[in-house]
Amino acid sequence: MTVLLAVVLLLVAAGGTAVVLTRDPLDQAIVASFFGLLLGLAFLVMQAPDVALSQIAVGAVALPLMILLALAKVRRGG
Amino acid sequence: MTSGARRLAFLTAAPVLAAFLVWGLSGLPPTGDYRGPYGLVLNQVAVAERHATNVVAAVTFDYRSVDTMGEEFILFAAVVGVAILLRAMRGEAERPPQEQARGRRVPGTSNAVRVVGLALLGPIVLFGIYVTTHGHLTPGGGFQGGVVTATGVLLIFLSGEYVTLRRVRPESAIDLAESAGAAGYVAVGLGGLLAGGTFLANVLPLGQPGTLLSAGTVLVLNLTVGLEVTGGFVLLLSEFLEQTLVLRGTGPARPTGAPPRGSPDPSGPTGAPPRGSPDPSGTRP
Repeated sequence: MTVLLAVVLLLVAAGGTAVVLTRDPLDQAIVASFFGLLLGLAFLVMQAPDVALSQIAVGAVALPLMILLALAKVRRGG
Repeated sequence: MTSGARRLAFLTAAPVLAAFLVWGLSGLPPTGDYRGPYGLVLNQVAVAERHATNVVAAVTFDYRSVDTMGEEFILFAAVVGVAILLRAMRGEAERPPQEQARGRRVPGTSNAVRVVGLALLGPIVLFGIYVTTHGHLTPGGGFQGGVVTATGVLLIFLSGEYVTLRRVRPESAIDLAESAGAAGYVAVGLGGLLAGGTFLANVLPLGQPGTLLSAGTVLVLNLTVGLEVTGGFVLLLSEFLEQTLVLRGTGPARPTGAPPRGSPDPSGPTGAPPRGSPDPSGTRP
């Protein structure tokens, strides 16, 4: 259990770093989606399935989508 | 601030911050350590008292249901704020979606995406309803189920045209769902006040633990929250899509091809059709 937790926490740390290091906003939205999925996994391992479900739905789907739509709007310049 | 001064400020502040961080982290209890009595007590009494096998739901929709009402209204206010910010401004005219880059062909939605999207639509919506209605039995509830149900609308957008989505999305019905969900929660609370003497008191009869109709008002509250969250997220998504795709431009339409073609995307595969709208500034970081 401790090993699993350590692995997941390392994955979350790697994912968070990847989000920061990605400079293009479009790519960053996709990386942030994966990071949201990893966070959901972490919550699941920590035995909080309720939170994991919200995290996956909001962090991995809704938030990146809003970023993508906002980017599309900004880049269109209108 | 010059770069030297900035570096000096960082080099002074960073060790202090690091020291405090290490100090704080070293004082944390070990992972999994739990000292509060509240959770332990709840694990003992929640199923017997509220007949809800998901203790989390018993807390959020019964013992602490007033907090949940506050959270629901935070979401409600946020969605209303977005809807107000993205409203049609004076001088903005709706224009049909059109390609602004001259001579670019937009690849249509492939049949594979259409089939997968439409095949997933039913299961996703059903799963959302399941998560909402079984919140008191298994992990889930109105918030999670509502967001899952709202992603069904996203699937319609992905697998079809936005124009189709506009037809299946009766705006007044969505506004009504969001408001009815928020008002329904308060109505259940007032019902508790009338019947039990306390706001949000669990006054409905409790059933056999583990069955669908077991936890009294918890199921009803989950349904109202599910309705509110579904309506809120669909409204949020469609407001954003409206802004992005229907092109509320100010004034007359720009001359076609006005934005200069950006530098070719270095990351894109060569030979593929250019993706996305060209970057007007041409300065990708």
